[in-house]
Amino acid sequence: MNISEHLPALQVVVPLLSAPIAVLLSPRGLAWAAASAASLMAFAIAIAITTGVLNGHTFYYEMGGWSAPYGIALGVDAFSALLLLIITGASSAALIGGRASLESQIEDHRQPLFYSAWLLAVAGLIGIVISADAFNIFVFMEISSLASYVLISGGPDRRALPSVFKYLVMGTIGATFYLIGIGLVYMMTGTLNLADMEARILDVADQSPILVAAGFITIGLALKAAVFPLHAWLPNAYTFAPHAVTVFLAACATKVALYVLLRFDFFVFQQNLDGHNFQFSAFLMPLGILAVLCASAYAVYEKNLKRLLAYSSVAQIGYIILGASLVSSEGLTAGSMHMFNHALAKGCLFLAVACLALRFSKLNLSDLAGAAKVMPWTMAAFVIAGLSLIGVPGTAGFISKWTLLTAVMGIGIGGLFLALVIIISSLMAVVYIWRVVEATYFEASKNDQLKVKEAPLGLLLVTWLAALANIYFGFNSALPMELSSAAADLLMGHLK
Amino acid sequence: MELLGYYNYWVFALLLMIGFYAIIARGNLIKKLLGLSIFQSAVFLMYITMNKVEGGTAPIIQKGVEDQIFSNPLPQVLILTAIVVGVSTTALGLAIVVRIKDTYGSIEEHEIFEADESE
Repeated sequence: MNISEHLPALQVVVPLLSAPIAVLLSPRGLAWAAASAASLMAFAIAIAITTGVLNGHTFYYEMGGWSAPYGIALGVDAFSALLLLIITGASSAALIGGRASLESQIEDHRQPLFYSAWLLAVAGLIGIVISADAFNIFVFMEISSLASYVLISGGPDRRALPSVFKYLVMGTIGATFYLIGIGLVYMMTGTLNLADMEARILDVADQSPILVAAGFITIGLALKAAVFPLHAWLPNAYTFAPHAVTVFLAACATKVALYVLLRFDFFVFQQNLDGHNFQFSAFLMPLGILAVLCASAYAVYEKNLKRLLAYSSVAQIGYIILGASLVSSEGLTAGSMHMFNHALAKGCLFLAVACLALRFSKLNLSDLAGAAKVMPWTMAAFVIAGLSLIGVPGTAGFISKWTLLTAVMGIGIGGLFLALVIIISSLMAVVYIWRVVEATYFEASKNDQLKVKEAPLGLLLVTWLAALANIYFGFNSALPMELSSAAADLLMGHLK
Repeated sequence: MELLGYYNYWVFALLLMIGFYAIIARGNLIKKLLGLSIFQSAVFLMYITMNKVEGGTAPIIQKGVEDQIFSNPLPQVLILTAIVVGVSTTALGLAIVVRIKDTYGSIEEHEIFEADESE
């Protein structure tokens, strides 16, 4: 028995079993330490799995030794490895860096429960990515969603409560739609295992229930992924959540839903339904374009820094959708690359916001006037990540924007229009990031803020680590590139 | 007649839409949650319906009985899990409503909205 065979199971089990342990650790700091340790261990396992995947190893694990399609299988390929890195990395950075922020925002007696919910959210997200069974994905999706509702409403801001209620209602509708979809597929194929489903769906005589299922699953997951115009829950939920929670969720929660969407559409449906390629593009491409343009425009006029970045997240989801809707190897590579690079950029930006929030009571741009003079390091990291978000050469964001531009130019004359959309929206990103820079660097600080000091060292270090990662992956993008193109090949490999 | 034969599925669709309507049209948060529960329960009905095999019984092997037709037990097991998920979602939703009532003094959507606007 080699331990590396069990890595896929351990990846879920470590955070899942640490969650009840964290509840019992009541003295200050212990629960945090346990959660961070579990999260770091999950990160280490994700790195080990990714190394294995890069060496051409595919992980396939049958729970309890029951073989598929009767048992539930776990599987990791290049696409899931990429997502595993994002989830565990974001969780570790947010927990370790965000300690000071969490201590100040979560009441002492609630902390063990809060960290336990955090670990459940991590386990749920990992489970979605790693599971090869459609119903299991639903269960893990609900574990992660319920846990993230708890996380978002854990902060001191009362406005988090109505926002989380909205998120709960919309998230549940999305999950229920997904459940209806897999019910219909099960009805026609008699299986829940994704690989088995793909094979058996070919024999289904009447394709109309499958078509309805494809619709339900796409809409349900688009709701979870905050694809424009189904993003209504996202801005307020991100704005009023505790700052460290925003770092974690903004980096990975919506991307995991997109991952399931792509996996379902490409692995199960795409090759089996007539004209599905065209329907997929025709449905998602306009939404991607609208997301990129409208959400960026919202961000340009937004006054609250966190909501500004949240709208920018909706726009970035649009880029990923746009890449995927090209249904080409290049487009999917660009989409997956952007998942990774956007997680880096947005994670770093929200970490910088957590720094600012420790020193400023409100996060409206007008309240942050002159912040760069008192917190130069924080704002420098913010600017680096902002440049990465815009897509300036030398940062990670440039690589994925460039891949996306190359991909859209590859589809002929219509690509020119798409390229124009991408450039316009990048220019809007310049505007909204510049508004933050203008307020913090060039406006005179208010008198009562002169005593503000730099953020605590731990938080600042992690913020800078994220900022440097943005630069590192801007120059050396081999790792995400290799995983993304392997993921794109996998997805395209299932086409006719 | 064939359309009527699918009456379970018609009830499923009807319940789904009743729940959905309540979620959208009602401003009271508790009523929204009730709508959400109906919405989820409708799906349970769909799963339960599809496992039924005509003339089928519970899948238990008995001595001396052969060629017995069984209903498919798997969707029932799946929906047990989904019911648990539904219960926990409703419980969490109610807990949030309790906290909203504590901090805002209301569970009417427009009053909560106004309270935040005037802040």
